[in-house]
Amino acid sequence: MNILNDRLYAKSHEWIKFEDDGTAAIGISDFAQHAMGGIVFVELPEIGDLLEIGKGFAEVESVKSVADIYAPVGGVVREINEELLDSPELINKDPYGMWLVKLEAITEKGELLEAAIYEQVIETEEH
Amino acid sequence: MERKTPLYDKHKQHHGNMVPFAGYLLPEQYEQGVIEEHMAVRTKAGLFDVSHMGEVTCQGKDALKNLNQIMTNDFTDMVVGQARYTPMCHENGGMVDDLIVYKRSEDDYYIVVNAANKDKDFNWMVAHQFGAVEFKDISQSVAQLAIQGPLAPAILAKLTDAQYIPQKYYHAVFDCLVSGIPCIVSWTGYTGENGYEIFTAAEDGPKMWDALLEAGQPEGLIPCGLAARDTLRLEAAMPLYGHEMDDTVDPLEASLSFAVKMTKEDFIGKKAIMEKGDPAIKRVGLKVVGRGIVREQQRVLLDGVEVGHTTSGTHCPYLGYPIAMALLDSSCTQIGTKVEVEVRNKKVVAEIVALPFYKKGQALTV
Repeated sequence: MNILNDRLYAKSHEWIKFEDDGTAAIGISDFAQHAMGGIVFVELPEIGDLLEIGKGFAEVESVKSVADIYAPVGGVVREINEELLDSPELINKDPYGMWLVKLEAITEKGELLEAAIYEQVIETEEH
Repeated sequence: MERKTPLYDKHKQHHGNMVPFAGYLLPEQYEQGVIEEHMAVRTKAGLFDVSHMGEVTCQGKDALKNLNQIMTNDFTDMVVGQARYTPMCHENGGMVDDLIVYKRSEDDYYIVVNAANKDKDFNWMVAHQFGAVEFKDISQSVAQLAIQGPLAPAILAKLTDAQYIPQKYYHAVFDCLVSGIPCIVSWTGYTGENGYEIFTAAEDGPKMWDALLEAGQPEGLIPCGLAARDTLRLEAAMPLYGHEMDDTVDPLEASLSFAVKMTKEDFIGKKAIMEKGDPAIKRVGLKVVGRGIVREQQRVLLDGVEVGHTTSGTHCPYLGYPIAMALLDSSCTQIGTKVEVEVRNKKVVAEIVALPFYKKGQALTV
């Protein structure tokens, strides 16, 4: 399972990458995309929506299941990845390139894990 | 504690993601995933372990009379080797199960029932049997494999003689040898695709699995799990007990009238079904035209009024769009009608379409 060191993770398998300009991109981890299988639908919030920590802000559906994607931080949606609306399967191919939303005006941050700690979380879930 | 099928070790060997289903541990999918597996069956061939299904024999000089009384279809004119689909109903018309009856020889029938209903079905048959007949549950001794897909006939032909391959759909050849292994070969399936179901002794299951996979390798045969079985049967609009029908839904409501012979003198449930008259609800197909994926047990609205609920639904890999089946008030089932389905916090528009969604050999429509 691929885990990148250049970003942080939530226990619920979202990744978040903070940029120097104070914005952050959010996506789902390789573990999450693999567990879901072929992704066939993505529902994204609208630009300007306010995200609250721990609340679902997007939905990702595979053939077999639907998953809520939870906000690892609070903030305002600045961009959505519209490419995913037509080609949700890109998440399976490139989970770390395919961000769902970019946030600005980030307020509070939830519990965010370094790659090594997130790896331990996954190992516990696999056993 | 879930049981293992005779093919459990094979699933582990192929890295199947094992999940509990109907009391058994079965592969939900293998490494390639449900979409690849689904497409393999539509374009090449797939191999399924369906050993969780139950098998019951019915023998005796009153066997036919018993079947005609306990089940809704009519088995009188069947020839040896023929298979026939049938509902089995409660007195009130609700369905105990749906199943397939094979005529093995005169006074000797072979019945295949749903895994989850095995004990319930067997007990029901025994509770209602009469005269010279014996029902026997032989499920534990049988491994059942399904090889499905347009290339399934070519693969099977490599392992057996032509005499052992059924020549008609819904026919089986008993006492076959496939790769030297004694078995029953039936031209049936649950995918909407051409293919066979093969019944063999539990201990021969793994050998049969290996033989088929090896023979089918050049054709692209791959093992397929429960998830693909479900998406395939849904595209083919085949009902699944516990979804499109259950103890409260009668076969006419589930749009299975073709397998209910009201002209028979009697059968369990006939009176109740007759008294109900035209069914108040009907099974329909929904093609999702809005954004979203419809799942089972979601409310269906017409002009804001609830007219029924979905019974199965997902995104279908071959068709390339989400579909669902639903049980709706009969008055609202006109093909082309637009309805809304409540998908969590939003409403998704869907259109009532003719069933099945997919027919063998149909071109891919995007």
